[in-house]
Amino acid sequence: MKTIRGKTWKYGDDVNTDVIFPGKYTYTISDPQEMAQHALEDLDPDFIRRVKPGDVIVAGKNFGCGSSREQAATCLKYAGVGAIIAASFARIFYRNAINQGLPALSVPEAAAAIAAGQEVTVDLSAGKIISPGGTFSFPPLPEFVMGIMEDGGLIPHVKKSLAGKGGR
Amino acid sequence: MPIPQTISQKILAKKAGLETVSPGQIVTVSPDVILTHDNSAAISGKFAQLGVDRVWDAERPVIVLDHVVPAANEKTATNHQIIREFVRRQGIRHFYDIGVGICHQVVPQEGHVVPGSLILGSDSHTTTYGALGAFAAGIGRSEAAVIWATGKIWLMVPETIVIEVDGTFQPGVCPKDLILHIIGDVGADGALYRAVEFRGPAIDEMDISGRMTLCNMSVEMGAKAGIVAADEKTRQWLRGRVEEPWKTVAGDPDAAVERTIHYDVAGLEPQVACPHTVDNVTPVGEVAGTIIHQALVGTCTNGRLDDLREAAAVLQGCRVATGVRLLVLPASARIYRQAMAEGILETLAAAGAVILNPGCGPCLGAHQGVLAPGEVCISTANRNFKGRMGCKEASVFLASPATVAASAVAGTIVDPRDRLAP
Repeated sequence: MKTIRGKTWKYGDDVNTDVIFPGKYTYTISDPQEMAQHALEDLDPDFIRRVKPGDVIVAGKNFGCGSSREQAATCLKYAGVGAIIAASFARIFYRNAINQGLPALSVPEAAAAIAAGQEVTVDLSAGKIISPGGTFSFPPLPEFVMGIMEDGGLIPHVKKSLAGKGGR
Repeated sequence: MPIPQTISQKILAKKAGLETVSPGQIVTVSPDVILTHDNSAAISGKFAQLGVDRVWDAERPVIVLDHVVPAANEKTATNHQIIREFVRRQGIRHFYDIGVGICHQVVPQEGHVVPGSLILGSDSHTTTYGALGAFAAGIGRSEAAVIWATGKIWLMVPETIVIEVDGTFQPGVCPKDLILHIIGDVGADGALYRAVEFRGPAIDEMDISGRMTLCNMSVEMGAKAGIVAADEKTRQWLRGRVEEPWKTVAGDPDAAVERTIHYDVAGLEPQVACPHTVDNVTPVGEVAGTIIHQALVGTCTNGRLDDLREAAAVLQGCRVATGVRLLVLPASARIYRQAMAEGILETLAAAGAVILNPGCGPCLGAHQGVLAPGEVCISTANRNFKGRMGCKEASVFLASPATVAASAVAGTIVDPRDRLAP
């Protein structure tokens, strides 16, 4: 998988999916590009104005807690976020991030050391995060997770595997 | 000798076709029920991309329209239309159209939860059904589509945290106060990825509705599942809803758990989760006097008959304060009609409550009671994040039905015990 390189956006603990993607849009916005326009709007209105492809979100513990809405992962991915580094993730958000092909890396030391506006590089195959605050290693993602990520998300991954079996 | 297993391990092992499983292990499971709601339209879109024509088993999806019901605008109406067409084309057996109720009420009420079963749902409060001894967890939309296509998904086996509860609730204090207190104590990520098992005399005494409140809100401390072992109360509740016989799944007494936390409800006071996180919990006295503009009794957390009875007991013969809107949403049509038959709706309406149709209502900020900047709402719901009820400059406090009803009369947040007859 390619290396991710961009500037960091730093947030605290318990960033919930209501601030990542408000509930009032969950049944009125279905286009991912339109979803991206509302990413983090109740937490940081500046984010969607200035985020660039490849940028990295760095956060504290329990990132993505609250509602299971997959749009929280989708809107960040389509806003251009290349990866999320957090001290820990809420479990449904973690699944949604993988399923959207958005790397979600639980690396507490990196999350603590990296500040906002820094240039970082994330190398998924080498398991390394390179930042001005240091280089941090993380264990390789499970093989099946890498498989989903490499195919760009769960739907393309499963579509591929079903087609490979000759369909149903 | 096989390693002793918790209830969660036993259920996941069975659904994965294995003898035993260990925490941290990834298993592939086939759920007994896959629940989806208004998000079924979006999920059907993802399903269509998989290149599969038919749902793997038309008996196992349960689809309930509840999040924006009746449809609030053309977009949500079209959303529902797409779902009805999908249901028709696929022959989905268990479809509940608008007004039947909130999904987490309808699923157990209509007999889709059997103790020992595995239920996955594209909604975080799927954990509610653990109250009936099932393993019930939330997943995402893409995964729900994959389950529709293949019948299977991966899950990680969780560690278990036991919450052991002793004591008897004081009058005016209830399971909602207990779960708020626990979440305030352990924190929003205190049970991250864990199965939380509720045990002890206070749990044995607790009715199914109270157990549902506990399991419903388990996700707010990061839990994968909340679970109460099935017992005689479970058996009575399920009679007539689920075909007997069914077998209780019990955990092995010597199964390893990560930790056990003890609580005693004897001294528990009414609790409130303050803006803007669920774990920002204090005894109600610390926020007493806060002016409110809206009060909400309902939602999957506390919209059942006993919750409405609690509210009616407080509101009997009283009026909602000027400047306060009290919204009441029974969690299902059955509950609505039972409440009507019992005179509860009359009591609430006479007090000035606005009685709405069964559904999620304003809980997620979509419609039926969205807030304005600067407004304060006290609610029996399960989340109070910034913007949750549709406005990021509004504030939401979470509390029990008694606390919400008492506050609606006072016009400010009050301790419901102050209103109890001596």
